[in-house]
Amino acid sequence: MPKARKIDYIINLAGVIVLFFLLMFIFDTELLGRVRSYIQGIVIIAMISIVMVCSLNLITGFMGEFSLGHAGFMSIGAYSSAVVTMALENAGIILPDLLLFLIAIVIGGIITALMGVLVGIPALRLRGDYLAIVTIAFAEIIRVAFTNFQITGGGKTLSGIPKLSDYHYVYVITAISVCVMYMYVRSRFGRCVRAIREDYIAASASGINVTYYKVMTFTVSAFFAGVSGAMYAHYITSLIPTKFSFNYSAEFLTMVILGGTGSLTGSVVGAAVLSALPEALRSFQAYRMLIYSVVLVLVMIFKPSGLFGSYEFSLPGVLRTLTGRKKGGAKDE
Amino acid sequence: MEMLKISDLNVSYGAIHAIHDVAMSVHKGELVSLIGANGAGKTTILHTITGLCKATSGSVVLNEINLLKTDASDIIKLGMAHVPEGRHVFPEMTVEENLEMGAYCVKEKNLIAERIEDVYHRFPRLKERFRQAAGTLSGGEQQMLAVGRALMSAPSILLMDEPSMGLSPILVEQIFDIIKEVHEQGITVLLVEQNARMALSISDRAYVLEVGRISMSGQAKDLLQDDRVRKAYLGQ
Ligand SMILES: Nc1ncnc2c1ncn2[C@@H]1O[C@H](COP(=O)(O)OP(=O)(O)OP(=O)(O)O)[C@@H](O)[C@H]1O
Ligand SMILES: [Mg+2]
Repeated sequence: MPKARKIDYIINLAGVIVLFFLLMFIFDTELLGRVRSYIQGIVIIAMISIVMVCSLNLITGFMGEFSLGHAGFMSIGAYSSAVVTMALENAGIILPDLLLFLIAIVIGGIITALMGVLVGIPALRLRGDYLAIVTIAFAEIIRVAFTNFQITGGGKTLSGIPKLSDYHYVYVITAISVCVMYMYVRSRFGRCVRAIREDYIAASASGINVTYYKVMTFTVSAFFAGVSGAMYAHYITSLIPTKFSFNYSAEFLTMVILGGTGSLTGSVVGAAVLSALPEALRSFQAYRMLIYSVVLVLVMIFKPSGLFGSYEFSLPGVLRTLTGRKKGGAKDE
Repeated sequence: MEMLKISDLNVSYGAIHAIHDVAMSVHKGELVSLIGANGAGKTTILHTITGLCKATSGSVVLNEINLLKTDASDIIKLGMAHVPEGRHVFPEMTVEENLEMGAYCVKEKNLIAERIEDVYHRFPRLKERFRQAAGTLSGGEQQMLAVGRALMSAPSILLMDEPSMGLSPILVEQIFDIIKEVHEQGITVLLVEQNARMALSISDRAYVLEVGRISMSGQAKDLLQDDRVRKAYLGQ
């Protein structure tokens, strides 16, 4: 890694840490008073959405394919991790929260990634609309399966999941996830994925194995959707399959499009804004989908590439711009 | 020595039987062209060779390796590069990034840099625009880039699909000069063209494809004199 890049990474890392202490300052003092736990909840849900939306952006933005069933992957992460942590608790194994949380994250991520491979290999031979339909069907199948398995509650709410998703943990996992996804799209892999999106015939003629890279990206995306699902399950503590419906997938897609397909910065902002906004405007809950559609239509009219287009935020870049020096290339979460 | 040998090749798109019992061969060091009207099946043949289309029957062999069983992305590792029809460049990448993608299978950084210089030497226009997004190049420049990118893998055989399509006469001359030059440097070339006159004038041998069947073949200079060819493809 060139030295300048390294410095950029360090500055961005410092930014992430500062933000962390800022959160701690807000939440661990009496600053917010009575609404503290309410605001904290919104922030946690926003962070969980950030991981989901970034992972969906890997497919829609970087790979240029539609996935309309991402909530299905999230539910796999949520249920699989919940089943494991509950089984551990029931077996009387007492583990520290942090360890149990990490187990949940890893289980959720890996099992979902495996499903990603299984679905991706046949599905990614399809393109465009066909792939979109297959992903919808996949999410529906998963939902029906979870409704019928005894172990996942058999159609009833699965409750009693240990509450592990403390905001410190969620923040760290979110920061790491976004960082890893960012590094993925910036890597040699990411460049090949971009090449495939731009022209798959030319990519194939250049020796890029189109199917391999697509399945790879799909799997990475599924992994982080699973991580997000695991954090979700251990925050909400009860799961019901109907939550992970087509509407939920569509919400994430809205966030991707609002932020800008191809920009992880956009995904972070889109997810944060659109998941926090309806919470903050509780009384408008009924109009949630309406607000979404209006926002989408406005964005499509005034900025079809999303709020951020393909721009990536970078702390050093911003610092340089502020101090009047040349723009840089890395990014903060 | 036969480098590329196609025998009894049949290709269908669903119910459409596009290629019928085609047999062709390209010898090492030759420049062979495949000419034919729109929809004759030229692109289909190239795509079948490079694994982008599946054959229903027949065989395609490159240096004793069965290409029908080879993945499209592995073809380039066998020394065969493909300039697809219609300027397939990576539109959002710069000229230089496009060239680097062409050397995707090359690991040595120096070698890549050397070959990029080589391409710039051949196409000075690309050098002037090395940081420009490929999608904003003119049609002719994109064609040069597509050829340049194919050369980045240092192929021993180059397949070209209608490199002259949509180019002004001067650029057509230029691109054919480059093909000739590449061939003189020892690269075997299989050229697909509608511009039969230009193609035949630089080729050693040629095949004529009519609705999916080879109707004629022979030395390019003989075909240039052939009455049927002159009528159908040279407009005389
Ligand atoms: N993907 C496809 N699906 C169905 N039919 C196809 C497909 N691709 C090509 N064809 C048909 O196969 C035939 C041969 O097409 P091909 O593209 O090989 O022609 P060509 O000789 O390259 O023509 P041109 O000079 O116009 O490029 C045509 O009739 C075409 O309509
Ligand atoms: Mg063609």
